[in-house]
Amino acid sequence: MSKGLLIRYDWCTGCRSCEAACRQEHGFPANVYGIKVEEIFLNKGQTFNNVPIPTDLCDMCAERAEEGKRPSCAHHCMARVIEYGELDELSRRAEEMDGKAVIWRPKAKPAVNPQDGGPLY
Amino acid sequence: MKDQEYDQIIRSLSWSAGPGCHGGCGVDLYIKDGKLEKVEGVEDHPYNMGTLCPRALAMKEFIYHKDRITRPLLRTGKRGEDKWKEISWDEAYDYIEKNMRALAEKYGPETMAFIQGTGRDAGGWLCLLAYNYGSPNWIQSLNGNACYHPRLNSMKITMGDYVAPDASQFCDKRYNDESWKLPDVYMVWGQNPVATCNDGNHGHWIIHCAELGSKLIVVDPCYTWLASRAAVWLQLRPGTDGALALGMLNVLINEELYDREFVEKWTYGFDKLKERVQQYSPEWAAEVTGVPAEKIRQATRIYAEANQAALQWGVPVDMAPEGLTVATAISYLWVLTGNVDNPGGMAIIKNAFGVTPYPMSQDSIMEMYGDAMPPEQLGKKIGGDEFPIAKEFHWRAHADKLVEAMDTGKPYPVKGAWIAGTNFLCGAANPRYWMNAFLKNEFNVVVDLFKTPTAMALADIILPAATFPEREGVRAWWTPLCAQRKAITVDQCRSDGEICFDMAKRMNPNFKWETMEDLFRFWLEKSGVTLEELREKSWISPPDGHPTKPYYRYEKGLLRPDGKPGFNTPTGKIELYSTHFERWGYDPLPSYTEPVYSPVSTPELAKEYPVILNTGSRVVSFFHSEHRQIKSLRNMEPYPAAELHPETGKKYGIKDGDWIWIENQFGKARFKARFREGHMKDLVMVQHSWWFPEKGPETLYGAFDANVNLLIPNDVYSKTGYGGSHMKSVLCKIYPAESGIEGIYEGGEA
Repeated sequence: MSKGLLIRYDWCTGCRSCEAACRQEHGFPANVYGIKVEEIFLNKGQTFNNVPIPTDLCDMCAERAEEGKRPSCAHHCMARVIEYGELDELSRRAEEMDGKAVIWRPKAKPAVNPQDGGPLY
Repeated sequence: MKDQEYDQIIRSLSWSAGPGCHGGCGVDLYIKDGKLEKVEGVEDHPYNMGTLCPRALAMKEFIYHKDRITRPLLRTGKRGEDKWKEISWDEAYDYIEKNMRALAEKYGPETMAFIQGTGRDAGGWLCLLAYNYGSPNWIQSLNGNACYHPRLNSMKITMGDYVAPDASQFCDKRYNDESWKLPDVYMVWGQNPVATCNDGNHGHWIIHCAELGSKLIVVDPCYTWLASRAAVWLQLRPGTDGALALGMLNVLINEELYDREFVEKWTYGFDKLKERVQQYSPEWAAEVTGVPAEKIRQATRIYAEANQAALQWGVPVDMAPEGLTVATAISYLWVLTGNVDNPGGMAIIKNAFGVTPYPMSQDSIMEMYGDAMPPEQLGKKIGGDEFPIAKEFHWRAHADKLVEAMDTGKPYPVKGAWIAGTNFLCGAANPRYWMNAFLKNEFNVVVDLFKTPTAMALADIILPAATFPEREGVRAWWTPLCAQRKAITVDQCRSDGEICFDMAKRMNPNFKWETMEDLFRFWLEKSGVTLEELREKSWISPPDGHPTKPYYRYEKGLLRPDGKPGFNTPTGKIELYSTHFERWGYDPLPSYTEPVYSPVSTPELAKEYPVILNTGSRVVSFFHSEHRQIKSLRNMEPYPAAELHPETGKKYGIKDGDWIWIENQFGKARFKARFREGHMKDLVMVQHSWWFPEKGPETLYGAFDANVNLLIPNDVYSKTGYGGSHMKSVLCKIYPAESGIEGIYEGGEA
């Protein structure tokens, strides 16, 4: 059984609460991101989407999960578009709903500390 | 860290200071060794439903920031110099009391002005202090009082109450509550709710409703994310909101799309309104606004055909010429469609249980603190002589007239100021005029969290304010009724509440309350809720049938003092022809006024300044002038941005990312260009209230480098005194700057 995130980015407003929630939860410095919202303008600027992208540092808040809590980004997202759950269940949810969405899962061994996140740290 | 490893988890509420906003989000404060470690949204709180914004989530960084003021500071140098002496609270209170008493003796207590910024909790406390000191001059630092006040006063005058969209906020179960209906249509007029929680409502409620199926109609010159999700987007020329509203009223009435039964039974003056709007055809409105007539018709039909429609409006309504009149015209859209106190429509809003920590009517102030304010003293409220609304309805003095009094000594000398939670050198139009007027004062107190440009330029003494986790409080704006609990202490910081309470007690020998808790209990008296109960539950929503809970209270006789059905207006109905306006000699019906400076009203000027300047675009990581020193938030938006269409950029030799000058007959400022293909052409949409804490006090922290308010006149406002600050619609020219602003933080640091 593996878990993941269903990100209904059709309704992501780009509020960036996920970035701040993640930073607070993990104690990351101000320039380190466990999730990042990308603002994407395409097709002469008319197609406007915000897409939250978890990074290598995302462990889906493993410590919170042990206490039965959702990841901090899912909990605090103001548009309430990040869902946490079993991948097969998220897949069923995705089938039921309308609107653009992606299902995301972390690496088997996420880099929990920024310094483990790559050679630059 | 696991929950059990914290010493305490304290449930409270995030009303400013901190996030800075008007919102009231339920929060759990995680405390370890006396320090705040984490802020978490409360999942079942009906206001935020667990969610929080980036500013609330960065509270730890904010609270323990190295630049925070944590001791009372007495100025030892000249105003503008960064020379201060730390003093004790007793010394600070003695010093302030001595100066305020001396001023009252010399000029009368009305000489002291009490100034707040936006709807932070400090406002209610300033009112307590002002009235107990004896001054009716409590103001918000904004020209034309053009932030919600024109809208509020318009509603009070024509409907007898305040009204707001119903996004289920009155129901504890929110979107799942059976008594609530999803709005078929959610119209958002001049607002970017993604970045703001305005006027006691949470911006993202609109997004929740939209995802559940509400169709969006968006009125905005800019291609915001919300506009990209709209069924109909009305891209109007800034400042022409009144014309659009009148054009829509024309369609609504002439196509007979209105709710005939509601109009006949509950409104007054329909025939006169019908006659008036005949001159405002959709074709006329199209010509004025730039929105095609067919789109105006389409939007009106979609709006009118909804079983229930909500309408959220923003500050451009107030800032439009004759803002109060524009608000009236827009409000008639929901009145004529019968969207009044209906589920999923427009709810009549009252503070939960009638509790009023933050007064928003003159009546409520007098009920609470009137003992300390004899009628002749209240009659000295600045603006009351010129503006009947200021005299009869509005609970504050008139901002522009008050600053004028500081400058000119007329109608009487205003020589002192208590400035709390406002940085008007960055936020008010024509900030140099404001600065020079305040420099004439004999005494200025500033209460704030950081040394702002306003504090540095003007304060004789600065008092260190507490953030929301550092204080006790009660909130009821609008619903639910909530308790704030003190969870931490930061050095010697004190809350605005405590400071104002202590000073009010010193100033009024007949002050009625011994402790702040006594005052909380007094506020709660009528509610039937005890302070203990409220603190235990953290929030309480009024039950069904309570006069402060919707719906259809006009049918039940719950709105008028005499208990009869109807509305609290002279005619007992919603007045489409306003008897108050008639009595005051104003036009009783809505009409259109063109912006003072526009391609239409000043075509000659438009040759030199061909671009429309729209200011005040919101950024979620900042609240007005706040948070520029909070690194994680600043990294989200390091530079002051000016958004424009790429073709407009090309026309004036500007590339995406260039530093540009924006200039007009009043002044100029520098911004970084950001191209947005969807925006209206020949328009520049500029962020407001920028300053640069990193630049240091010598330059007043760069307060005038990227200050778009240097381009906004302060002597332009509505005939009624309410609205028309033109912050959304003046003219300018734009051109590449030779260089960027020196010495500013460029983002990206840890």
